[in-house]
Amino acid sequence: MIIIIMKKNIIYFDNAATSWPKPPQTLTAMQDYLQNVGGSPGRSGHRLSLEAARIVFETREMLSQLFNVPDPLRIVLTRNATESLNIAIFGLLNPGDHVITSDMEHNSVMRPLRAAEARGVDITVVPCGSNGLIDPGDVVKAIRTNTKAIFITNASNVTGTIMPIADIGKIAREHDLVLCVDAAQTAGCYPIDVEAMHIDLLAFTGHKSLFGPSGTGGLYIRDGLENKIEPICFGGTGSRSELEVQPNFMPDRYESGTPNTIGIAGLTAGIEFIRSKGLKNITAHEKQLTGLFLQGIEAIKGVTVYGIKDEYRQIPVVSFNIQGMDPAKVSLELDEQFEIMSRPGLHCAPAAHKTLGTYPSGTVRFSFSCFNTEEQIIKAIEAIRQIGKGRKRK
Amino acid sequence: MSGSPSYCVMLFKSVSYVLKAEKILKKENLPHKLIPVPKKISSDCGVCLRFEPNMREKIEAALFKKVEIEEICKLCEQ
Repeated sequence: MIIIIMKKNIIYFDNAATSWPKPPQTLTAMQDYLQNVGGSPGRSGHRLSLEAARIVFETREMLSQLFNVPDPLRIVLTRNATESLNIAIFGLLNPGDHVITSDMEHNSVMRPLRAAEARGVDITVVPCGSNGLIDPGDVVKAIRTNTKAIFITNASNVTGTIMPIADIGKIAREHDLVLCVDAAQTAGCYPIDVEAMHIDLLAFTGHKSLFGPSGTGGLYIRDGLENKIEPICFGGTGSRSELEVQPNFMPDRYESGTPNTIGIAGLTAGIEFIRSKGLKNITAHEKQLTGLFLQGIEAIKGVTVYGIKDEYRQIPVVSFNIQGMDPAKVSLELDEQFEIMSRPGLHCAPAAHKTLGTYPSGTVRFSFSCFNTEEQIIKAIEAIRQIGKGRKRK
Repeated sequence: MSGSPSYCVMLFKSVSYVLKAEKILKKENLPHKLIPVPKKISSDCGVCLRFEPNMREKIEAALFKKVEIEEICKLCEQ
């Protein structure tokens, strides 16, 4: 779909860790900010400060349009999805509260929840099927009188399995629970509508499918919910400077300190790239690649593929193992012999690997982006076949 | 008519709100300017919107239920 000159013949299949390459526009926007804008957003009234603030506002506006958020000021800009999830978890939960999560969660959800548990929050981890899918009926069964929220991933970073968020959102609404969705893997490559899916809190990162640089991310907070979520970081916001207490309004309540404006400038360009290509086209291309890859490796003897194995029910993330081989060794051979970049191991999601039965050695994970091609997929299938046979390419 | 030029300033919670208002006013072609908040109005270090008094009604209508306004002041230019 998109042609770009890759460094040597590198095949980059680690987009779930961070997307690469980035669109050239991302780099241009960052360079332009440093060279020509440079001001601190929201801090001074001069034109360079205002121009910087306009870049930041533009990002909020584009993100709000992407997720069908009614007001750009409902978007808090953060360093990454992890920071966003920490705000949601530590800001919202108090001792005595009960929360529901799944056993497919990344440690960005699981670790802060376990830390909250140590402070007196009760947690129910709903088991998912071996394909990584949660049964919404099991979520209903887990609800108690003191249940406050549901924390769930939009799609697994290990198997790519897409969770039934709209169904869970409906359950959350019916029981007056806060639904917090971890969209680290989906924002930018899968349609998200916070209204239709009844999402109250949406945590996302900028450096994956949104094609921004690392150090960017955000949190959508539904109108009014800021009254229930304490900030976890306090400081200067450029607003209400006469007060020595934190402002209570969005988004300043959660945005203390000078923001990562250069990163945000890159993120704006990344989202603009998605808009210009069309999210539907990007998704369609990635589904095609995922389908082609699944078809190819499922036919290889000795290869086990994990998850739902259906490109229409998963994001472009595929986990697999070659029988009798350590995933780390497979990944190293893919890199050294075939110049294919993958990620082996537990992918920061030990609970998910326990669900899949791949704990503690993990899997090899491929994750595609719209910059990947069919040709690369075909090469990768052949590489896996050769590694499986124990042969090495000359 | 006193003869001395005057203008209105509209204050918001923070620069994000000012910029949201700016976008709407630009779209609607309503003349305005962003200026640092005059110290005699507020000790805040932010920016605010300045416009001609005769634009006030139109601007308020354009921002109604879209951007929360903190305060509107009429000032004489020195």
